[in-house]
Amino acid sequence: MTDKTQFSGVWVFAEQREGVIASVTFEALAKGRELATKRGTHLAAVLLGQGIKEKAADLFAHGADKVYYVDSSALAGANSDALTAQLAALIAQYKPEIVLGGSTICGRSVFPRVAVRAQTGLAPDCTGLDLDASGVLQATRPAYVGNVLATVVCPEHRPQMATLRPKAFKKGTPTAGRIGELIEAPAAVGDVKTKVVEVVRDAGNQVSLTAADIIVSGGRGLGGTVHFSLLTELAKEFGGAVGASRAAVDSDWINVSHQVGQTGKTVSPKLYIACGISGAIQHAAGMGSSEFIVAINKDPGAPIFEIADIGVVGDLFTVVPALIAALKNR
Amino acid sequence: MHIVVCLKQVFSTPQVRINPETNAVIREGGEWIINPFDEHALETALALKDTVGAKVTVITAGSQQAEAVLREALARGADAAVLLSDAAFEGSDAWATAKILAAGIQKVGAVDLIVCGKQTMDGDTAQVGPAVAEFLGWPCVTYVRKLAVEGTTLKLERLFEDGFEKVEVVLPAVLTVGKEINTPRMASLKGRMAAKKAQIAPVNAAALGLAPESVGRAGSPTRIVKMATPPKKTGGIKIDGSDAAAAAKTVVEKLRELKLV
Repeated sequence: MTDKTQFSGVWVFAEQREGVIASVTFEALAKGRELATKRGTHLAAVLLGQGIKEKAADLFAHGADKVYYVDSSALAGANSDALTAQLAALIAQYKPEIVLGGSTICGRSVFPRVAVRAQTGLAPDCTGLDLDASGVLQATRPAYVGNVLATVVCPEHRPQMATLRPKAFKKGTPTAGRIGELIEAPAAVGDVKTKVVEVVRDAGNQVSLTAADIIVSGGRGLGGTVHFSLLTELAKEFGGAVGASRAAVDSDWINVSHQVGQTGKTVSPKLYIACGISGAIQHAAGMGSSEFIVAINKDPGAPIFEIADIGVVGDLFTVVPALIAALKNR
Repeated sequence: MHIVVCLKQVFSTPQVRINPETNAVIREGGEWIINPFDEHALETALALKDTVGAKVTVITAGSQQAEAVLREALARGADAAVLLSDAAFEGSDAWATAKILAAGIQKVGAVDLIVCGKQTMDGDTAQVGPAVAEFLGWPCVTYVRKLAVEGTTLKLERLFEDGFEKVEVVLPAVLTVGKEINTPRMASLKGRMAAKKAQIAPVNAAALGLAPESVGRAGSPTRIVKMATPPKKTGGIKIDGSDAAAAAKTVVEKLRELKLV
């Protein structure tokens, strides 16, 4: 139990990699702004890194009233040990009422640990957030791969922590030149036992699946590795990423990092194009929250058509090239 | 080296419904299995046992029924199994579950490495592995896809959204792994026979030195206040793709209208 009256303010952990602030941070700031206004309190962002103080301007522009900034070489990478210690130290000192972050690899690695240190609860991977009249955060999150929506609360402990599923919340429009209070805090990274030796980015600078606005995905109907090049071409036309069903991954046609579904990634892009994917429940669970779904499948009875906004009953080997041609012809 | 693998028993299909009156999860058309990501955690430990030599202990928190996943792990080659079971554990959130597992692991004794699946496929919180590390005061490396042991140092590759990091961590440590790291083995017939006979004595809260109110529903900072089945998406329009060019034109026009392209 905590003396809840000591805690105030809504915080957003500003995730950054090499000084580039993750898109989900701006989504969290927009939601955080709304919650702070409703609660009659301030919105703060926590920026941890090295030599990136000027990035605070982006956070102010997206609604932060305050930015807590810590400059340390230990915080330069996404080292979970260092981030955990630093965020927990700031929480202990400043006592925010709510702490939000992204349900990214970084957020999913750091927030559970901070919640243990701060002796409080965490609602991970949320798709909806609201406050009740007494300031209790109502966090909605999918479980059972999206087949159940659970509303989670943390009534007696503070801060109330939540990570937000990327793209589940809308970014706000930044106000250039909006200013706030910059608070520089001392480094408190603790005993860092993990050493990041090297950071390797995927070749070809491909769009990451969970961050992509448009995903072109292939399944059993593709029939082989070589045909994924057709999807790569379509994805390129859209500026999107390539996904795959478990059937395609298990057949070794494409790397598991592309897998969407129950044992793969959960995505919610603006547009999902399923090519030769039957749409089994396990796949649908990972992409069903996409804003708009186009399905191309030979089998008119394929379950993917039950969730598709547009279903094309036809041969993907003729329809996909036709789509590429139609997109080129703008 | 002594490795502990945390396992969770889950239902094989996510096709669950909620009883709107009781908020209870209705499971149908599936069976109870080891959480798929935990199978990769187990394989990580068994592979280390094969290559560098290790004792592998598997642990789970749950009802007596959860014993099945421990027996399956023993059949695949784990050396010992621990079932943490107590009515006081019921209703634990991920935070309290991690607390129970951490206490159980401390009871196991000298442990060098803990391996967990990156998340479960029912709760999907991805919280237990990192939280266990924190309760023990150990470092945690998540989403590991490759590992090598050099003395007391682990050389790891861990995934992030657009690439991977090479990371080194000194034992003891906690790792979480996904499908990328290996292909789980099957149990041998001999293993199954031996696993069948193994004695697994449940360990309760008192044996772990956990006060009943510090775990379970009472000891969980979070609680679920509502469970709902999300509204089913209904299909939109279906078009005939036998004329591919015409179908493509219709699709692209619609996407342009919605400003998706």
